[in-house]
Amino acid sequence: MNKYDIVIIGGGPAGLAAAISAKKNGIDRVLILERDKELGGILNQCIHNGFGLHTFQEELTGPEYAERFISQVKELDIDYKLNTMVMEIDREKKVTAMNREDGLFDVQAKAVILAMGCRERARGALNIPGFRPAGIYSAGTAQRLVNMEGYMPGREVVILGSGDIGLIMARRMTLEGAKVKVAAELMPYSGGLKRNIVQCLDDYGIPLKLSHTVIDIKGKERVEGVTLAEVDGKGKPIPGTEEFYSCDTLLLSVGLIPENEISGNMGVEMNPVTSGPKVNESFETNIKGVFACGNVLHVHDLVDFVSQEAAAAGKNAAAYVKKEHTEDGAGREISLIPAEGVRYTVPSTVNAARMDEKLTVRFRVGNVYKNCYVSVYFGEERVIHRKRQVMAPGEMEEVNLSRAQILQYPNLENITVKVEEDETNGSKESDLH
Amino acid sequence: MEVKNLTCINCPMGCPLTVEIEAGQVVRVSGNTCKRGDVYARKEVTNPTRIVTSTVRVMHGKLDVVSVKTKEDIPKEKIFACVRALKSVQVEAPIHMGDVIVKNIADTGVDVTATKNVERQ
Ligand SMILES: Cc1cc2nc3c(=O)[nH]c(=O)nc-3n(C[C@H](O)[C@H](O)[C@H](O)COP(=O)(O)OP(=O)(O)OC[C@H]3O[C@@H](n4cnc5c(N)ncnc54)[C@H](O)[C@@H]3O)c2cc1C
Ligand code: SF4
Repeated sequence: MNKYDIVIIGGGPAGLAAAISAKKNGIDRVLILERDKELGGILNQCIHNGFGLHTFQEELTGPEYAERFISQVKELDIDYKLNTMVMEIDREKKVTAMNREDGLFDVQAKAVILAMGCRERARGALNIPGFRPAGIYSAGTAQRLVNMEGYMPGREVVILGSGDIGLIMARRMTLEGAKVKVAAELMPYSGGLKRNIVQCLDDYGIPLKLSHTVIDIKGKERVEGVTLAEVDGKGKPIPGTEEFYSCDTLLLSVGLIPENEISGNMGVEMNPVTSGPKVNESFETNIKGVFACGNVLHVHDLVDFVSQEAAAAGKNAAAYVKKEHTEDGAGREISLIPAEGVRYTVPSTVNAARMDEKLTVRFRVGNVYKNCYVSVYFGEERVIHRKRQVMAPGEMEEVNLSRAQILQYPNLENITVKVEEDETNGSKESDLH
Repeated sequence: MEVKNLTCINCPMGCPLTVEIEAGQVVRVSGNTCKRGDVYARKEVTNPTRIVTSTVRVMHGKLDVVSVKTKEDIPKEKIFACVRALKSVQVEAPIHMGDVIVKNIADTGVDVTATKNVERQ
C-alpha cells in the first residue's frame, strides 16, 4: 500500500494552502486527492473579482487566486491526483479512493486533512408544491453552466434566496442578456454579502424582496412563471400578498452545507450548527491526527480566511506527524461557548499548552445587530468588549484570544462569546483586537 | 453639507462608508478599514467604476471558454458595451493568464485580459 505522511482530501483553496504549509513545515510526503479534473475547487467557477485582497493586496478573480496556490504546489513538488474520488477513511487513517487509472486503491496516512468544501442545499429542502418542470437550477449549477461551459440556462429569471452565488448569478445573467426580475428571500435579511447586494442587484435595478418566498411554480414541461408571497414572522405566506412573475428559469440560492459524509462515517464528531466537524485550536477533530479546514469546517465568504485557516491546519498536521504535538494531558481543554446571538464558534475548544500566541476565533451571529458589542467572558469575567456598527448572519465575525491572557486564568473552564446590546456591566475590559 | 452612506464593494468585508460632501467636494470618508475604501468612496460619488468579468469562446482548447476581466475598472455606464463587445470574440488556445484578449475595450482605454490558463487540445 502507498504510504504518505499527510493525505489531504480536496484540492480547493483549503487543500492547497494546507498542503503548501505542511510541506514548508518539513513534511515531504504530502498527497492531495481531488475528484475534479483540475485543482482550485469552487474558485474555478467564480470568475468574478474580489478574491485575495487581504492576502495579496490585489483584487483577483477566483481562477487567478487559485493559480497562485496551484503554482506553489507545483514548485514545491507536492503530489496530487486528479479525477480521484475519496470514498472512505478509516480510524487508522487508511484512505480509500477511486479513479480510472488505479481503480479502487488505498493510501495509508499518518495524518489526514479534510478539505472537501461544501455543496448547495438541495431543492428538496424547499417546500414548493406542484410539478418539477425544467428550468429550475441551483445557482451553483447555473454558475458552472454559464462560466465553464458558456451555456445560458434561460432568458427570464427569478431567484429564490439571497446567497452570494445567487446574487453573483443575477449580475452575470443580466450582463449576458437575461432579464432578472426579482430575488426573493424568506428571511427578513439577506443571506449574502452587502457588497454583492450593491454591485449585483442595486447596480442593475434588480429588486430584493425580503420576507418573501415562492409559493407556486407554473408550467408543466418548462417553468412559465412563479408566484411570490410575503411571509409573516413564522415564515407563513400572508394571504393577499401573492404576485405572479412570468419567467423561464428559477434559480435556487438557499445556502451551502459542508460536505461531511466521509467525516461522519469515520466517526468525526460534528457540530450540528455548522454541519462541520468540531475542532480544537489546532483544527484537529476528536480523532487524533485528523484535521479539517475551509468550507468543510464551516461555510466561509472570504477565501483569504480559508487560506489562513488551512495554513494553520497544515502546520499543525506537520507538528503531529513530527510528534511535536504537546503530549496528551498537558494544559487544560477550555470550552468555547457561543451564547446570546452567537450561533457557533470555530474552534470549539482551546488548550493554551498547544495554541500560538494569538488565536482567531471565528463565528456567526443569528440576526442583524446594530451598534452592539462582541463580548468575551473568561468564566464570569468580561475580558473583551468590542463595538460593532453592524453584524449580520451573512458575514463571518472574529475575535482574537491571547495565550498570555488565558494563562493568567489557571482554572478557566469556559470562554463565552456573545453579543451584548449595550454597556451593562463595568468589569475590567481590554480590547485585544 | 451632504452625507452619503455607501457599502465598500472592494472586498467581501463590505465596510459601511460615510462620505461627507461639501460644495461638490468630498471632505471626509469614514468607516473604511483600508485605503481602498477611501478611494472607492471618492470615486463612487463622482465617477462610479467597476471591474467587469466575463468569458469568451476558445477554439481548440481543453476548455470551451476562458474567463476574462477588464484589467482596471471601467465607467459603470460602459459595462454593457464592454460585455457586448466580448460576445463576438473568439480566441485560439493556448491562452495564458494575463494575455490581452481585447485591447481598449469599448473605447475605455482599458484592456481585457485572460484570468485563466487554457491549454491547447
Ligand atoms: C459563489 C461563490 C462566490 C464567492 N465569492 C467570494 C469572493 O468574492 N471573495 C472571497 O474571498 N471568497 C468568495 N467565496 C468563498 C470561497 O470561494 C470559498 O470559501 C472557498 O472556495 C472554500 O474553499 P474550500 O477549499 O474549503 O472548498 P472548495 O473550493 O469547495 O474545494 C473543495 C474541493 O474538494 C473536492 N472534494 C470534495 N469531496 C471530495 C472527495 N470525496 N474526494 C476528492 N475530492 C473531493 C471538491 O471537488 C473541491 O475541489 C465565494 C464562494 C462562492 C461559492
Ligand atoms: S474598506 Fe478595505 S477592508 Fe473595507 S470593504 Fe473596502 S476594501 Fe475591504
